[in-house]
Amino acid sequence: METLIIIVAGVLVTSATYLILSQNLIRVILGTGVLTHAVHLLIMAMGGFSGNVVPIIGEKGNTYADALPQALILTSIVINFAVAAFFLVLAYQVYNRMNTDDLSKLRRYYHE
Amino acid sequence: MATINLAILLPFIAAILLFLFCRNIKKFHIGWIVLIVPAILFITLMRQLPQITKGNTIINSTSWIPSYDINFVTHLDGLSMIFGLLITGIGTLVIIYSIYYLATERLILQFYIYLLLFMGSMLGVVLSDNLIMLYVFWELTSISSFLLIAFWFQRKGSRYGAKKALHITVLGGFAMLVGFLMLYNVTGTFSVQEIIATIGQHKDHPLIPAIIILVLLGAFTKSAQFPFHIWLPDAMEAPTPISAYLHSATMVKAGIYIVARFTPVFGGEAIWFWAVSVVGLITLFWGSLTAIRQTDLKALLAYSTISQLGLIMTLFGVGSVSLHPNLNIETIIYSQAIFAALFHLINHSTFKGALFMVIGIIDFQVGTRDLRRLGGLIAVMPISFTIAMIGSFSMAGLPPFNGFLSKEMFFTAMLQLKDFDIMNIQAFAGMFPVIAWIASIFTFLYSMMIVFLTFFGPYNEQPDVKVEEPKLGMLVPPIILSLFVVGIFLFPNVLGDYLIKPAVASIYPNITDDLIGDIALWHGFNTELMMTIGIVIIGIILFIFREYVRKIFILFPRSLSFDTLYNNTIVKIDIFAKKITNFYMTGYLKHYFAYIFLFFSLVLGGALLYLDAFSFSLAGDQPVDIFMWIIAILIIVTGIVILFSKSRLTAIVLNGFIGFSIAMLFVLLRAPDLALTQLVIETVSTALFLLCFYFLPEWKPFVIEKRKKVIHIIISVSVGVVFTVIALSIKSGRLFESVATYFEKADELAGGQNIVNTILGDFRAFDTMLEVVVLFIAGIGVYTLIKYKKDKGADKVED
Repeated sequence: METLIIIVAGVLVTSATYLILSQNLIRVILGTGVLTHAVHLLIMAMGGFSGNVVPIIGEKGNTYADALPQALILTSIVINFAVAAFFLVLAYQVYNRMNTDDLSKLRRYYHE
Repeated sequence: MATINLAILLPFIAAILLFLFCRNIKKFHIGWIVLIVPAILFITLMRQLPQITKGNTIINSTSWIPSYDINFVTHLDGLSMIFGLLITGIGTLVIIYSIYYLATERLILQFYIYLLLFMGSMLGVVLSDNLIMLYVFWELTSISSFLLIAFWFQRKGSRYGAKKALHITVLGGFAMLVGFLMLYNVTGTFSVQEIIATIGQHKDHPLIPAIIILVLLGAFTKSAQFPFHIWLPDAMEAPTPISAYLHSATMVKAGIYIVARFTPVFGGEAIWFWAVSVVGLITLFWGSLTAIRQTDLKALLAYSTISQLGLIMTLFGVGSVSLHPNLNIETIIYSQAIFAALFHLINHSTFKGALFMVIGIIDFQVGTRDLRRLGGLIAVMPISFTIAMIGSFSMAGLPPFNGFLSKEMFFTAMLQLKDFDIMNIQAFAGMFPVIAWIASIFTFLYSMMIVFLTFFGPYNEQPDVKVEEPKLGMLVPPIILSLFVVGIFLFPNVLGDYLIKPAVASIYPNITDDLIGDIALWHGFNTELMMTIGIVIIGIILFIFREYVRKIFILFPRSLSFDTLYNNTIVKIDIFAKKITNFYMTGYLKHYFAYIFLFFSLVLGGALLYLDAFSFSLAGDQPVDIFMWIIAILIIVTGIVILFSKSRLTAIVLNGFIGFSIAMLFVLLRAPDLALTQLVIETVSTALFLLCFYFLPEWKPFVIEKRKKVIHIIISVSVGVVFTVIALSIKSGRLFESVATYFEKADELAGGQNIVNTILGDFRAFDTMLEVVVLFIAGIGVYTLIKYKKDKGADKVED
């Protein structure tokens, strides 16, 4: 199962990298979002899936699922939401001021 | 004795105090306060003099970075004493002088802070026993010299001169640092004294020649030896007190100090002898020849300083031969060369200091220091004339001034070279006295130019200037120095016994005072005296026909100088650096991302291949159930399809789909908290995306070049593959046990049932708190950007 999850994450990383390399601002932001998902899966897989019980004390079963990666991912999800929100507002303001969402044109605007 | 440590620190402390407490002093010149520092230091050093004269040395050690063998070790012996007294003694005089010279200057506080910075660092250089400490102070002198040359930073020439001096001296300093590190590698210690004691065991080490060359590079650049001398004339843009202090009396002698300090280490090595004495001789010759060409008095003195430094350097080179292992103890008498070198070093500081100050006075009073516009000043400035005459005649090597004595000793050393039958010296021994003699003729010539072209001949009226002697305070320092010039001639052995002999003893540990001998005023009609008489006769003839002499300079076009080489190098480096920077700093986000991704996949992937770190096994894997298969395949498919989506709405929906699928996955992986959070966040951010689309344009269908597309695909795939491979290797080669079991005691440690929640709220509460801070900052960012008006402050934007 770990191997499968890692491969899924790898595919998402490939896709995210391609998106980030593109010209369009929104595609770049989307790329960062996809990258986040991939990283979450990676952290999850690093913990291993040998536990078969939800990490809440008192649940019946032999081993708890690893709680540390879960805590880290929880932090990461929230932070990434904040970053995504900031990116989006930034994109909005950039378009508002420069009238384009094409990154290669932004550069020329600055030089005018 | 901690006094020596404090002596180094005092100028630095004084500089800080000056900055903190004396910024608003207007009533009197701040120099009067600064003056206390070198005066105290001079007296402190003088109090140590009896100890040093007896042959004792004072060592004091304080730990600095002991784990790297770097300690604050000061070592005061005869050699350091000479330099220490020069630094503090001339420092005192220079400060008195600048109180008058810079009376009307506005940035006076900076001037004295830089000066104190220099004084402290220079004392640090000559008192350090630890090589790293020495290097640190060495570079500090370069920096303070840079600041002082650029004191009148409005002038282009000052900035150019300052940069040039910094480039050249720091380049040499860096070479010296490498030499020091190699030396540490060979000897295992940074302490100069320990190196001197143990170097005998390492004489055959293959690194020794490299160390000698690197250390000498540092010494030659600092002491303006050919071909690194080009920075010194440009450094004359500094105020004259600085030229007198740093660029003739002290800092430029730091290189000589290094040569003297390392003579016991490397003396007797052929490469050391040849490098030091030949470079010194060339510098002596070239400096004195070029000095004749100058019309600016300060430039003339700069070249004269270069030439005199070359002379001292030559003497150290010749003196180092005495340490050759094949020489017996009687021939150590040739260490006289070192004695002469130290003697001339002191003499040079006295007469050159006096000359610089007089020329500063002329510049200050007359408003020019151009030889073509000066003349006939003897009638209006008789005291200045006397000082200038004493200084110049001493420099020319005439009695009754101290320069005569050291010049004679210089000739003796040059003539004695032929007695050495080692290192092929005899083959070239004839060259040394001849070149030295010719250079001395030029020295005589330019010394006469200073006196006679400035003070005799027709008086050139300067418009709007009433030329007269300056204030007494400005005359006192050069008068004191010229008294030394005469005094040392009359009583040379006072200086010799108390200062120079201990210094010689610190260079030759085995020598006794009898072997060094005394300085005699009169040697009889020997070769040396004949050489001096010859110099005077030919020098006078050349002075009369000086206009013809100048014609030989047509042979040396200015475009073929080392100056041109330096300027072109600097320009070329500039262009080159700009080209490189422009090549990769394109301003396109995708390029920067591409660098990051390429670095990631090449370096990490390369390391993985190189270290053969890849491992893969399915051993620890859990079985995959059918739900997992379905969700995994869905995510993979969506992840690929998102790349081909033509409209932004499709893309955002697909992204949301991935998010929700992952939430499902979290459920399967027994992470209910994650699943809930993911669901909420994914919903909100999808809504946010959609909201944003209301303001943003629809995606235009764009065609991307096929070549670029291929490159992007290659980068993405390689990043994905490296990522996967690393993750798989980590998973398969687990090196240590999970720490998760610790958190399973959540109930007793944190009083909570939900382990994930206790980690966030208790075990790693700080982390969570800072996460809230991040959220808060992002919130402020979002708010500010939304409120940001398009035209607000637009008129302030610079193009």
